[in-house]
Amino acid sequence: MWFEDLLIQIKSVLVLNAPEGLRPILSAMLSATPILSAFGGLFAAVTLLERKMLGRIQNRYGPNRVGPFGIFQPVADGIKMLTKEDIVPKTADHLIHFLAPLLLLLTAMLGLSVIPYGEKLVAIRFEAGIVFFFAVGGAAELAVFMAGWASRNKYALLGSLRAIAQMVSYEIPLILSSVCVLMAAGTLSLDEVAKSQSGGMLSWYIMTPWGLMGCVLFLIATLAEVNRSPFDIPEAESELIAGHMTEYSGFKYAVFFLAEFVAMFAMCALTATLFLGGYHPPLPILAFIPGPFWLFAKLMVLVLLFIWIRGTMPRLRADQLMEFAWKFMLPMAVINLISTGCWIALGRGSLGWGLSALINLAAYGALSRWLSSRPNQQKRTYRFAEGPMHAA
Amino acid sequence: MTTVFCITALTTLASAVAAMSLRNLVHCVLCLTVSFIGMAMVYLQLSSQFVGFAQVMVYVGAVAILMIFALLMTRGGQELFMREWRPMHWLVGGLVSLALLAVLVGSILQSPVIQNTGPVDKVERVKDLGQSLVYEYLLPLEALALLLTVALIGAALIALPPKQHPIKPQPREDS
Amino acid sequence: MNSPSLAACLIFSACLFCTGLAGVLLRRNLILILAGIELMLNAANINFVAFWRHHPASDDVAGPVMVLFALAIAAAEAAVGLALVISIFRHYKSTNPEIMEDKSS
Repeated sequence: MWFEDLLIQIKSVLVLNAPEGLRPILSAMLSATPILSAFGGLFAAVTLLERKMLGRIQNRYGPNRVGPFGIFQPVADGIKMLTKEDIVPKTADHLIHFLAPLLLLLTAMLGLSVIPYGEKLVAIRFEAGIVFFFAVGGAAELAVFMAGWASRNKYALLGSLRAIAQMVSYEIPLILSSVCVLMAAGTLSLDEVAKSQSGGMLSWYIMTPWGLMGCVLFLIATLAEVNRSPFDIPEAESELIAGHMTEYSGFKYAVFFLAEFVAMFAMCALTATLFLGGYHPPLPILAFIPGPFWLFAKLMVLVLLFIWIRGTMPRLRADQLMEFAWKFMLPMAVINLISTGCWIALGRGSLGWGLSALINLAAYGALSRWLSSRPNQQKRTYRFAEGPMHAA
Repeated sequence: MTTVFCITALTTLASAVAAMSLRNLVHCVLCLTVSFIGMAMVYLQLSSQFVGFAQVMVYVGAVAILMIFALLMTRGGQELFMREWRPMHWLVGGLVSLALLAVLVGSILQSPVIQNTGPVDKVERVKDLGQSLVYEYLLPLEALALLLTVALIGAALIALPPKQHPIKPQPREDS
Repeated sequence: MNSPSLAACLIFSACLFCTGLAGVLLRRNLILILAGIELMLNAANINFVAFWRHHPASDDVAGPVMVLFALAIAAAEAAVGLALVISIFRHYKSTNPEIMEDKSS
């Protein structure tokens, strides 16, 4: 509590000593600046962390030349990106080509504004905060299209359409798996959702059967929404060069990666708020350590998990990806909603636990068994000029 | 009339006019998206936050993407500028719209509703919204769910490409 | 928070409606006609919320509920309309509505 109170004291002193007309803008800037600078610094640290960790998983050192243990590698990367030539194709649509990475970054950063970082530390206190988060996340798809189309490159357009299809497909399991937390908390405001998980690790929503499944679904959908491995068809080097980012160089490319990482941080922070108790410590005696520290700790655990998954799992093919979203994750998210309802309706006691665990396990077992028993091999159809032809 | 509303309204109107008059079709849809976002900001100023966020989610996140996909699938993304300059059409169409605008603005400014309403403080509670949806407006909600299902299945069926029957390979003649 | 006056909101939505109407009447592309229709629907939605905001009753939510329903129906109608446009394009190879006119009269 002391940290949050200290921050609020500093902010109120600064705002009250300012002239009357400037107060709203000053207040908004004082709320936004720590968040943006913290996540900007975290972006730099995580790029280095990711390269080191991927290197270790692949049995090599990561970057270790630029400083001790490669600490100044992000600085070197930043200098490189800033001094690279900004190449725009001559026939590209210059205005939209310029605006696309900015729009992607804007939507990623707007999502950071509704997450509670501490007891009273929310940048904007909306009553429907999570709807705001998902709404601006949906606007990111438009930015991906703008990037691919403005490049006037057929392959960039194809890559961006695939990326949009992937993001749209995984948006529904993402939202549905967060709805069960909203049902249990009874509110759409993220502040209230975090408050309802106070009181130690056992009251976090991940400790319930529907919460565990919802968290897993949410994390998988997050991986797909930010185009990270194993869903990184839009940005892998062996797939359509770089997809929608093909014709971008220099700083705009860096802005794309900044936007992707900031979106990942925002979604990990949202996962931590919804399922892992937000800014609450695992044990109530540790409450003297300030809330933002716990949120960032949980965020880093999730980010490390994402890096681990990236280093370990092979990339999904486009049709495997879509099938996974529509045939597995969407039914599981809906069944998770039903099991959450059972848990709430049976009074959040052990009977509710048992029934919801039973529903989840039965649904998962049945669905995965049914999906893996379907034959994967279809008869190959070749399309020639005179019409499609079956293989002999 | 506050400054913020002026700026928002002017931006929205300018991009709506641009959306209806640009020649490059993808630019039209992007300007339309800007006007949708402007309208969401107007909803926020009218203190209905949920509707504003739902507007961004549905229109910017779904309808704009739909229009763009439809545009790309019907070759609108290429620079095929069709000859659209027909002076008589534009004159008559423009006159009709302006006449309607004049009638609407005139009747708004003369109506007793404008003169009688003073400043009102109103707050939208999401809890009230949710409860009224499930208690008072349950029947329209279920009808809407049915309509959305029907629209989903219908749109998918209409847009499916016609089925092509594969040709079986002919047996070879040589022995 | 003070909101814009009722007259300002209504005039704004009237302008939007007429812009959408102009688009529907003047553009020669089916998708842009659908875009004009979406603009008109949005203008009507703004009217609903403006009237709700300036109505003195303190606990009704009829305005936002109506807008949510209209939003959902407009999205469904846009989806079906665009599917129809794609189907028409497949048949006529063009999205100009004048091609589908009945020229026999």
